[in-house]
Amino acid sequence: MGYGDVQMIDEKGNRVDGRKAGDLRPIEIELGVVPVADGSASVRWGTNYVIASIYGPMEAHPRKIQRQERAVLDVRYNMAPFSTTDRFRPGFNRRSREISKVTAEALESVVLLELYPRSKIRIEIEVICAEAGTRCVGLTAASLALADAGIPMTDMVVSVASGKINDVVVCDLNKEEDNYGEADLPMGILPNSGELVFLQMDGDLSPEQFQEAWDYNMDAATKIHLMMKEAIANKYGGES
Amino acid sequence: MSSSGASDGRTSAAPGSLVIPGDKICTDSGGQLGHGVMKLDGSIIATKLGYIVEKGGEISVTPLHTAYFPRPGDLVLGYIEGMRANIWFIDLGAPFNAILPMSLAPMKVEFGATRDAMNVGTTILCRVQEIDESHSSVVTMKGMGLRKVNSGFVDTVPPHLVSLLSSGNNPILSQLKDASNCRIILGANGRVWVDGEPEGIRTVRDTLSFIRDNGDSDNLSSKVADHLKQGNGE
Repeated sequence: MGYGDVQMIDEKGNRVDGRKAGDLRPIEIELGVVPVADGSASVRWGTNYVIASIYGPMEAHPRKIQRQERAVLDVRYNMAPFSTTDRFRPGFNRRSREISKVTAEALESVVLLELYPRSKIRIEIEVICAEAGTRCVGLTAASLALADAGIPMTDMVVSVASGKINDVVVCDLNKEEDNYGEADLPMGILPNSGELVFLQMDGDLSPEQFQEAWDYNMDAATKIHLMMKEAIANKYGGES
Repeated sequence: MSSSGASDGRTSAAPGSLVIPGDKICTDSGGQLGHGVMKLDGSIIATKLGYIVEKGGEISVTPLHTAYFPRPGDLVLGYIEGMRANIWFIDLGAPFNAILPMSLAPMKVEFGATRDAMNVGTTILCRVQEIDESHSSVVTMKGMGLRKVNSGFVDTVPPHLVSLLSSGNNPILSQLKDASNCRIILGANGRVWVDGEPEGIRTVRDTLSFIRDNGDSDNLSSKVADHLKQGNGE
């Protein structure tokens, strides 16, 4: 039994929302949703709804943040006050600061920053509706928006989290599983090379469970990458 | 930790197909690389979202969106954003403002009188003179036709469509000029100056809006021709 004796997976392996252990929530991707931005993307992932928009490259202000040899990524992750059932207090807080930082660091691994010395690329991630795994959805949406803005990158970034509920490792936790589960392993993956650009872990996983969660995330990244390509091909009418 | 299970790996893509960053275009055989591609682990991969182009042995990706980056010699339309005693700062729509030194202005300007000559918000037609390695650019207004723009209006098209508008057998720009009877100047930064009769200006604005919406489709030139015919009631 899990935390608080909440049973979240039955003997047949069905989760509270009917998914099997390795299943993802439904994902819908759309590009170019913010006309005034240089690039944008929205991702509906289960009940999560996140919009990412890109502005720039532009002159970095204040000047103290400029780097002479490369651009800086200015990431702002924000949850709308109405994105959760309890009103979310607006403004920057410790959590959003942390997520903005790890998202910027993950994206810095793929964006060719050296092509834009002294400039800044502004990435706005707005969580409209939050269920669970908004940092993963935000990172994935930001990667799509960067591609839409024509920012050169070596690869896309796909982010997904697996975790443990009732001592069973499952892929892509929903809200109940995230709240009452025993562990959570969000990862940012480069789908073409399988390299990792972001990893966090909350809770305890044995080495075997860690490997299982890792494998789930890698498989999910492949599926999401194909969805990304499909969404881009639908938008721009090509065979990707 | 095993890294297996990641994606189907990099599979090659044919010229003309749509690629996203990270997609493998082909194995690196020592050919020339153009825009939007790079070598990585023995392969040539796309770094931008766009279509693969292979021309004369050079592989590149024509991006669907891209920011304008000034190049020496570019004819551009800029807005004055600020000034000091002897220079103006010009917004070219690029990541960085360009500078226009007093010595490269088209008129005689006294030291400290830059604001009197050209104030903030003035539109100018200028040419990019030089760029340094940190992307700082200098523009000049000394040259044939370079001037303050006092009439007409300025619209925009995405910078990556500029070459498409002015190339080919029947350039879209010529079609627009013929259909609208307007004077049109297309800046390399995607800004378009239009001056003429109100009816002609309306036609140009309408067509530029059509180009912005359909810029990434095939046969843009013939589509624009059809659009102009429909607009003229033919």
